[in-house]
Amino acid sequence: MITMIDYGIGNYRSVQKALEYVGADVVITSDPEAIKHADKLVLPGVGAFGAAIDALRKRKLEQPIQDAVAQGTPLLGICVGMQLLLDESEELGRHSGLGLIPGKVRKFPANNKLKIPHMGWNQLDHDDTSPLLQDVADGDYAYFVHSFYCDVVDSADTIATTDYGKAFSSIIGRNNIFGIQFHAEKSQHVGLQILRNYATL
Amino acid sequence: MLAKRIIPCLDVHNGRVVKGVNFVNLVDAGDPVAQARVYDAEGADELVFLDISATHEGRDTMLHVARAVADQVFIPFTVGGGIRTVEDMRQMLRAGADKVGINSAAVRTPQLITDGAMEFGAQAIVVAIDARRISAERRADRFDTGYGIAQPDWLADDSPLHIDENSAWEVYVRGGRTPTGIDAVRWAAAAERLGAGEILLTSMDGDGTQAGYDIELTRAVADAVTIPVIASGGAGTLAHFAEALTDGSADAALAASLFHFRQLSIADVKTYLASQHIPVRVGRHE
Repeated sequence: MITMIDYGIGNYRSVQKALEYVGADVVITSDPEAIKHADKLVLPGVGAFGAAIDALRKRKLEQPIQDAVAQGTPLLGICVGMQLLLDESEELGRHSGLGLIPGKVRKFPANNKLKIPHMGWNQLDHDDTSPLLQDVADGDYAYFVHSFYCDVVDSADTIATTDYGKAFSSIIGRNNIFGIQFHAEKSQHVGLQILRNYATL
Repeated sequence: MLAKRIIPCLDVHNGRVVKGVNFVNLVDAGDPVAQARVYDAEGADELVFLDISATHEGRDTMLHVARAVADQVFIPFTVGGGIRTVEDMRQMLRAGADKVGINSAAVRTPQLITDGAMEFGAQAIVVAIDARRISAERRADRFDTGYGIAQPDWLADDSPLHIDENSAWEVYVRGGRTPTGIDAVRWAAAAERLGAGEILLTSMDGDGTQAGYDIELTRAVADAVTIPVIASGGAGTLAHFAEALTDGSADAALAASLFHFRQLSIADVKTYLASQHIPVRVGRHE
């Protein structure tokens, strides 16, 4: 059973349908106890970092997430849900994150050649070692829509990178905590495979 | 590397596809979800649904279509046609569309672009522009705003967006039948300033001809904006797609009839573009 964390910010329906498509049972909840005792968590998210973390804290869901993760419960953050895993973001002021993976969320540098947001299909460069990437080839494409990226402190936390002007971390992971910058639920077979891998982890 | 996108367009009337994949072995050729799945399996990078229903009921049906597509097809899709207000946008995005396309409504009320972008983010707002080369006749009568011209109220004759002797293309509305007096290239730039995340640019001269995209138009618009441009109207051969994405500087190329009548498949186009060293997503499918 996968528990999706409902904090009012996110594309729950498409993520839920994609998880169900790959055979997972999904429950969507904002109940702190249910999150604390979940088998496996998914943290979706869209929009601005500050609004997302505020919504999460307003619903008093930060501590249950921290408690679950400390017990070893797997957690997958998607898009802004990934960015929330880091220490802080520079999007529209400074905002602290969950601090589960050391790093900062930064804006892509202004560059006339690169369009912001980074939108469309781009490649995942990886060395095939993560269980999250089983049956996903180095160079496979995923669908991105974002203007900010995760700059992690420890390069060992980077599972895959994507090149957009420079290489940034498109999948991160540390122990039982994972984050993906792209929209797995919109990334066709590659996204579904990654969700399947997470569901069967 | 960011891939160039190939986008099939499906025309939907009262919840039924009227221009989609013309597949004999499909159980129901009019079912938008079945059609979307075929295009998805062939390697479409995104889908565009153009709702051509004229009635309120038809538009409500489109919401059901969007919901069904979002539940079963795991690639991004845009719905255009009949979206006139922020509330229309909200309903369509809630139903599962990733983006909404606005055309005539944006011409009538440019503020709608800004309101939509503020509410849902620029990435969700696609401004569709139907452009036509300005004819010698229209030039000769000095763009006389006479009968049959839908010049919006906000467009003063001395507005920088008004067509003038330097203009090459004009924005048309009502399915490409009615001129507006707006310069198409300057309108695209204005749409970006107002908050559009993407331009869906259709050459009404090329539409349906299969004689090729209007590369000059596509290039002029792509040079005038920094947001992605989807070229549309006129695709007939593999080479046309390559031209739009290289000489035309488009980020994506859209076609409807060509894919509908199976003259080319999306896989054919992708394979060809890859052979021309144009970055495209090719790979396995679910």
